[in-house]
Amino acid sequence: MRPASEEELSEMVRTAKGPMVVRGGGTRAIGRPVAGEVLETAGLSGISLYEPGALTLVVQAGTPLAEVEAALAKEGQRLPFEPMDMRALLGRDGEPTVGGMVAANASGPRRVQTGACRDSLIGLRFVDGSGAIVKNGGRVMKNVTGYDLVKLMAGSWGTLGVLSECSFKLLPVPAAEVTLVSAEVSPAEAVRLMSQALGTPYEVNGAARGADGRVALRIEGFAEQVSYRGAALRAALGGDWEVLESDASAELWRDIRNVRGFARAAGDVWRLSVRPSEAPDLVARADCPVVMDWGGGLIWALVAERRDLRASLGAFKGHATLIRGSEATRAAVPVFQPEAAPVAALAQGLRARFDPRGVLNPGLMG
Amino acid sequence: MEMPAPNPAILAKRDRVLTQLAEILPAEALISDEAERRAYECDALTAYRCVPMAVVLPSTTEEVARILRICHDEKVPVVPRGSGTSLAGGALPTEDSIILGVARLRDVLEVDYADRIIRVQTGMTNLAVTGEVESDGFFYAPDPSSQLACAIAGNIAMNSGGAHCLKYGVTTNNLLGVTMVQMDGTVVELGGAHLDAAGYDLLGLICGSEGQLGVVTEATLRILPRPEGARPVLMGFDSSEVAGACVSDIIKAGVLPVAIEFMDRPCIRACEDFAKAGYPDCEALLIVEVEGSEAEIDEQLGLITQIARRHNPVELRESQSEDESKKIWLGRKSAFGAMGQINDYMCLDGTIPVSSLPFVLRRIGEMSKEFGLDVANVFHAGDGNMHPLILFDANKPGDLERCEAFGAEILKLCVEAGGCLTGEHGVGIEKRDLMAVQFAPEDLEAQMRVKDVFDPQWLLNPAKVFPLEVSAARRAA
Repeated sequence: MRPASEEELSEMVRTAKGPMVVRGGGTRAIGRPVAGEVLETAGLSGISLYEPGALTLVVQAGTPLAEVEAALAKEGQRLPFEPMDMRALLGRDGEPTVGGMVAANASGPRRVQTGACRDSLIGLRFVDGSGAIVKNGGRVMKNVTGYDLVKLMAGSWGTLGVLSECSFKLLPVPAAEVTLVSAEVSPAEAVRLMSQALGTPYEVNGAARGADGRVALRIEGFAEQVSYRGAALRAALGGDWEVLESDASAELWRDIRNVRGFARAAGDVWRLSVRPSEAPDLVARADCPVVMDWGGGLIWALVAERRDLRASLGAFKGHATLIRGSEATRAAVPVFQPEAAPVAALAQGLRARFDPRGVLNPGLMG
Repeated sequence: MEMPAPNPAILAKRDRVLTQLAEILPAEALISDEAERRAYECDALTAYRCVPMAVVLPSTTEEVARILRICHDEKVPVVPRGSGTSLAGGALPTEDSIILGVARLRDVLEVDYADRIIRVQTGMTNLAVTGEVESDGFFYAPDPSSQLACAIAGNIAMNSGGAHCLKYGVTTNNLLGVTMVQMDGTVVELGGAHLDAAGYDLLGLICGSEGQLGVVTEATLRILPRPEGARPVLMGFDSSEVAGACVSDIIKAGVLPVAIEFMDRPCIRACEDFAKAGYPDCEALLIVEVEGSEAEIDEQLGLITQIARRHNPVELRESQSEDESKKIWLGRKSAFGAMGQINDYMCLDGTIPVSSLPFVLRRIGEMSKEFGLDVANVFHAGDGNMHPLILFDANKPGDLERCEAFGAEILKLCVEAGGCLTGEHGVGIEKRDLMAVQFAPEDLEAQMRVKDVFDPQWLLNPAKVFPLEVSAARRAA
């Protein structure tokens, strides 16, 4: 099924006879496998409104992300949260869409400074499981009118509604960027360096440890600002740092963002969101190749197929998600972190009310 | 503004409920005396008042859970209250409700600079959070004008903003985790010192839900390293429209100041009399602030003043000292208080797309003449969050009603321009009956379903946010 308008989408959901698999570009196929008729949003495409002077964009959910990024680049602007492209990691083709990105709350290295996708998302329209068309938020940066369903829908993987339109606040693309790269260091030393860097006033907006064990720290801004801050940061941290600028810096962060180091490696890939100071201990317990981002708050782990990583981690504050695994693994191991009973009850209650017949990606999130 | 009639069945069991509460609370945490209860009859929206049935001031999460369990079982409505600074009537009691104040929940539970977080009980004030970490070079970013008094609990309930959110975002962008007690006494932990949710973003849903989904007792907040320096520049213009156009040009140019504040002549005068901030005598004033090292500030202000010059400013002046900067901000932050000393006013909070600023300002000027009431404008221009203050005389019969009608028209104008009813103050009771201007029935239904999940009996903060006729069936059930 491929609706050409929001009205058609609403009608298709309303009259659905059974489960539907909601799909944008199909490039972020994670979660428990869902059986059902495929509902593609690619027909809902196009930029509805772009006001560079107000730093805001309204776009239909099926619009290819590449089209959006090209339009913003023309005006020297961008989506602030640096969304990950999962194609290489998951070995998939297709065009990532705006709706898929929002449904995944996909956010990259700049998450530590400018927030996640959900933080830049200021409004949306969606069709709930009964076929009702709902709008929430709007196209202004500050809006507390009513409950914030925008946040609820971001990262809900199409289980509460099918997105039809999304609004974002944007940021200007800075004139320059610089990245400091260390020698290979242990996870503990990496977290120490990253925490120190993120605690300086130099506005570090990327802090990662690559698969090669080297720490990378990024600063963006006006040209003189970047060279001043880069030097000040090096002085504050001490030690030897390699300096990457412009394209070389951008390429490094693209690779970290897309976890390129694990793209061709065999095994399952897990994604952990943790308290940075607990990261070294968790990495030791995981005992596998890792990429660390968000100053240690995000850990990508490459593990043997079918291994339930959570069993080795024990109890920790945060969550682990199985991002890449065979269908059999995803059917056997909970993809999303199991929640405490009262929280799970709230999630179940929301699902029951937004999709009472259980037709939208049922079971995907468990 | 209408509130539902108190439920006689609940009023009748007041003694029974108070006896149960007295069993689980220390004496000083339960207020039943009428004179003392009266202190809680309103928040900062003082036009509406109602004395609650009782007031409880718990000091632990466990006490909050016990209180809510009793009220849940007895079906008594509960109105959560931070410091009572809501401008929207968010903490207005009903006669048959119990006020649950968080004023005694004031502990700092944890500060961690390596992870850049602070965990506090939510009765702590906004400014006290920054006070806790500033000597170590950190701060908590959201800075509502009421930050000296307002509690973190209220900030979370209303998703409070402030002058600096153009760069740092509002409460929801700086909130990492909460401990929340549901109406039935269940305690849930959402988020923590890590980023983003495991499943649905319930934390994002709680923030801004106006105390209708649960009582938040503890919060993990993101703290940030203080910038090396900051400096505001004052720009005076001879019309509001020109100032509005200048704001749009600054944003388009790729500079992102931390704050762009706007004031018009009536407001400039009142603030100048109050704070002696050295504001110029002009029709419209912008305060634009940038951060960084001295050289970085010079570079950014250079670009900004270059843009401003194209709009023929009548005054263009950079702050020369920390002391002067403080005065400039004191003037801005005391705008509401200063206006209040010379006039009764109603403060609006609609947000519009920045590109519509010149048009909306012109229309407000025209409407001011139609209604025969003056308007003073002070607002966060960078993000389009307007605060028109409609001046009226509370002693003059009919003036308040005329003012409310004018206010409603301005908010409708904001929605028509592509904006919203409230940018940071919340809906409360004040904008409750205008919700249908911005939302279709399906939109409100979706929001009310969330309330059904968290508080099936609709006991928390009753008669707020949703128009009474829209929520009638649910409240009666």
